[in-house]
Amino acid sequence: MGRVPDLVKGSSKIRVVVAKPGLDGHDRGAKIIARALRDAGMEVIYTGLHQTPEQIVETVIQEDADAVGLSILSGAHMTLVPRIMSLLAQEGIDDVLVCLGGTIPADDIPELKRLGVSEIFTPGASTQEIVDFINGSVREPPRG
Amino acid sequence: MGVHQSAPTTHEEWLAAYGAKPERDAEFISLSGEPVQALYTEADVTEGGDERIGMPGQFPFTRGVYPSMYRGRLWTMRQFSGYGTAHETNARFRYLLEHGQTGLSTAFDMPSLMGLDSDDPRSEGEVGREGVAVDTLDDMCELFEGIDLGSVSVSMTINAPAAIMMAFYVVAAERQGVPAERLGGTIQADILKEYIAQKEWCFPIDPAMRLLGDLVQWSAENAPRWHPISISGYHIREAGATAQQELAFTLKNGLTYIQQGVDRGLDVDDFAPRMSFFFNAQIDFFEEIAKYRAARRIWARELRDTFGARDERSMLMRFHTQTAGVSLTAQQPLNNIVRTSIEALAGVLGGTQSLHTNSFDEALALPTEEAVRVALRTQQIIAHETGVTSTIDPLGGSYYVEALTDQMEQAAYEYFARIDELGGMVEAVKANFCQREIADASFELQQRIDSGRRIVVGVNGFKHDEDDSIPTLKVSPEVERRQRDRIVAVRARRDSAAAERALADLQLCASRPDVNLMPALIACARADVTEGEAVKALQQIWGDYRETPVF
Repeated sequence: MGRVPDLVKGSSKIRVVVAKPGLDGHDRGAKIIARALRDAGMEVIYTGLHQTPEQIVETVIQEDADAVGLSILSGAHMTLVPRIMSLLAQEGIDDVLVCLGGTIPADDIPELKRLGVSEIFTPGASTQEIVDFINGSVREPPRG
Repeated sequence: MGVHQSAPTTHEEWLAAYGAKPERDAEFISLSGEPVQALYTEADVTEGGDERIGMPGQFPFTRGVYPSMYRGRLWTMRQFSGYGTAHETNARFRYLLEHGQTGLSTAFDMPSLMGLDSDDPRSEGEVGREGVAVDTLDDMCELFEGIDLGSVSVSMTINAPAAIMMAFYVVAAERQGVPAERLGGTIQADILKEYIAQKEWCFPIDPAMRLLGDLVQWSAENAPRWHPISISGYHIREAGATAQQELAFTLKNGLTYIQQGVDRGLDVDDFAPRMSFFFNAQIDFFEEIAKYRAARRIWARELRDTFGARDERSMLMRFHTQTAGVSLTAQQPLNNIVRTSIEALAGVLGGTQSLHTNSFDEALALPTEEAVRVALRTQQIIAHETGVTSTIDPLGGSYYVEALTDQMEQAAYEYFARIDELGGMVEAVKANFCQREIADASFELQQRIDSGRRIVVGVNGFKHDEDDSIPTLKVSPEVERRQRDRIVAVRARRDSAAAERALADLQLCASRPDVNLMPALIACARADVTEGEAVKALQQIWGDYRETPVF
């Protein structure tokens, strides 16, 4: 269930957009992560499926997100991620943590990190690892 | 009393002896979260065995749909494949036929599944990646070039735009000189499970159900050998459902399609025999076998008693099985061969009519040719070396398997009742009922894995630090460019006035609920209308679909 955005200034909750770019419908992982992050006390906005890079960046801006988790299992990550990163840059957003999860071949990881993806979680990563990573990386309280 | 403890002879004595020693530190619950007893006896099996179990080929078909099962004919070894353009997939099809595969199964790429042309901006990066790109009649003709559509059985895994793809297929066959009445095979077209689990949609639920009804009715009247729906639990399971949910939601979807056909005035026996099923084979061996056996029994009973089918063929649940992609691990990928073997064996012991075995590298990428060959060989080893095909339903009568079969059946009927309370499956799907049940189940399983209560070898236990890398298949970005060139060439070459007339007629038919859309779609195919153009034309009349996601 989507949550009403927490508009209270100074709220200490980390705000995370979980997004599914691309055309595939594999949302099992995205939903598990969304729920685990919510259970860990974060404010989670799940975009739903088949989002364009433009829609995702728009959501990140509107939700004033601290982090965005992209879930891609269609093999289109080398098309979608560069576009999302460049749209974020165009909007002047450089303080949002970007994580990526899905079937991402090891060969592609260096390039994705070079583009500014902070961490890539491949199959087998536990939800706790992901919670810990976001908690550890988004140190400052959300901008308000 | 002698010095030696006497061996237990009654259940009570056994229980006392069992309780005298501690159990090892493990959860004795199934993959689906159901508790498993230490021992099953006759007392755990529902009475009335002859009527509930019966003989193979005899109502309620618990032991199998045919009297002879694999002693008469082995299952069809049907490996799902597709990537790149029609040209590449045609080569893979021919390779599989040369290596002893007996039916073809087509995987479409994401843009094709979503009804988008390859040159749509939303398709960028996805063309030919998870399946073959089919945009036009030309692509369909090339996909099956040199393969006689009058003799090979073809399965096409596509749903929301299934009626459009079927129109392409019918016209491609026509160009080979094969009329629709000779076409044998299956198109998935199971639209309810798209909204529940696979999430590849084009239209709102109600018009999508109408389009499906048109396809079923047209097939019953024009392509009597064709299976117009493959009612699929596979994706429901892959989305994180339990075995019980897979069984219940799949059968309820099937019963909903039967009701729709009956509501359209079809005689149940005129179309029910062409309904087929598609189930997952997960790693919990006995749970899976029980699931298939329960499915047959429920389907037979519902068709006979609820729908009044008289033709026995209407009552037979025939199904395809695929091993569970979600059970494969990226870590230590060769272990996946073992997982797939066990899952495939469950499908065979469950009486499947056809089988796809996953390749060991599929958690990493599309399979390489070597990995596909090992997967096919796995089936051949089960068929020819293990001896399990020598007798029918070898696990029938096992206390555990029969008790589990009964439990599966009961769990399915409990879900049927909850869905009926919501107003039936269409309403339950609109209310996100199934979606929420699946999300809850998948989260619970992940928690069991994350906490270490459930071990996944190589992932949260028995890990090693060695390099697991194996060669994987890469789809060249060149494929996308070539496919875009193909569609541009078709648009340039075709009679555009004829294409526009066909699209206008399609829209007119779509706005009139009493008209079957298949003839208009076949006319579109003949006029070289693209898939994306037909979908957009229908969306102008019907709208598109946005889900309200639950997690």
